[in-house]
Amino acid sequence: MLAKRIIPCLDVRDGMVVKGVKFRNHEIIGDIVPLAQQYAEQGADELVFYDITASADGRTLDRSWVERIAKVIDIPFCVAGGIKSEADAQKMLSMGADKISINSPALSDPSLINRLNRQFGQQCVVIGIDSYFDDETGQYQVYQFTGDESKSSKTRWQTIDWVQEVQSRGAGEIVLNVMNQDGVRQGYDIEQLSMVRDVANIPLIASGGAGTMAHFSEVFKQADVDGALAASVFHKGIIGIQDLKQYLREQQVPMRS
Amino acid sequence: MSQEQAYQALIIDTGCANINSLKFAIERLGYVVGVSRDEAKIKQAPRVFLPGVGSAEFAMQGINELELKQLITSLTQPVLGICLGMQLLTRQSFENGVQTDCLNLIDTEVNGIDISGVNDMQSNGSGLRLPHMGWNTLSNISDNPLFTGIGEDDYFYFVHSYCAPVSEHTLAQCQYGQSFSASIYQNNFYGVQFHPERSGISGARLLQNFMELV
Repeated sequence: MLAKRIIPCLDVRDGMVVKGVKFRNHEIIGDIVPLAQQYAEQGADELVFYDITASADGRTLDRSWVERIAKVIDIPFCVAGGIKSEADAQKMLSMGADKISINSPALSDPSLINRLNRQFGQQCVVIGIDSYFDDETGQYQVYQFTGDESKSSKTRWQTIDWVQEVQSRGAGEIVLNVMNQDGVRQGYDIEQLSMVRDVANIPLIASGGAGTMAHFSEVFKQADVDGALAASVFHKGIIGIQDLKQYLREQQVPMRS
Repeated sequence: MSQEQAYQALIIDTGCANINSLKFAIERLGYVVGVSRDEAKIKQAPRVFLPGVGSAEFAMQGINELELKQLITSLTQPVLGICLGMQLLTRQSFENGVQTDCLNLIDTEVNGIDISGVNDMQSNGSGLRLPHMGWNTLSNISDNPLFTGIGEDDYFYFVHSYCAPVSEHTLAQCQYGQSFSASIYQNNFYGVQFHPERSGISGARLLQNFMELV
């Protein structure tokens, strides 16, 4: 049976892993390659490396770390942040990344999704969506350029509409990051993820809010997501990946052994 | 290249983007591996890999443009096709509703994974979607040396929406909506639908087995 995936996300800045709260106040966690290796050995099913400054800054980044990771890692990994063109994607994939995740550039130019699909295949085109629940309107709204607080802005898209749009353009997977929940460890937004699950017929990865092992169980059982992404609980050693997978197995969630 | 550095394996450079991850995986096992589209080098290599991502139509177009078809079909050493590379070893693929003639080295064909009959639910209440993406186990594993030491509890990383049916050429099966071939072979041509280079210890074992085939 296809296993559900546990996906540590490593936010990268200048080749170092960092972590902020609600997208802000980043602190350095450690070197990227040994951390990646450690997670792979502990049983992570996949890794996401998110270059948090890339999209907002617009500068060309030194991505040689992608190849250094590809050399030592024997599980799939995805690179996110600052990939704006087929050429950017080609570079990441040829250095050994299995997938590329596009967020803000897809909102600026949705046809990028179609072009990446055509050139590299659906399997490597991941769309990251930063979704914010607006208390006043009661709507889930898509945000852009969230890597930089000063540029972070609301788009014209409601989350469900954008999910359907990226799917119709050939996305292979969706990572839904609930901004309200990010870094605060209060649990995944089950209601929103279930809503997205109903319209997403491609794999869906939950992101934002994991604080306890029960949160993972809930998101798999109640929102039927294909994978759960988390950062701080793993980086801070609050939850061990092996313990988590054992717990989820006991909860009848199919896990890779 | 000096004699002592002679390639133990060669990856055919079909121009697809993900060749490095396979190269690194074979290197982690301690083998000297090259990437090339040079006919002499490919013919000499004791082991040949045919990787591939993207669509069958575009991949075959590339192979035809690079005039690699005749070369690949003439190879007599063990050849391993991975993912789309496996699909290219078959007679034909019906990806995206287009019939693409493939290399016709393994007598089977490729169709879309059929998840319609599963009532959208697996036994644990989880729905199915495409691509079939993630870690899955194998069943009906044959005793072919490619699968030595690999059992039904071992997980492999899959990412695909098309598959080869179970046939006389099947070496191992996988289940996702339907049973399909996780691995096929005919003569010296082997194929795996999953990505051994991204399948942890189980994948490394399969690559090692392939390198050690006699």
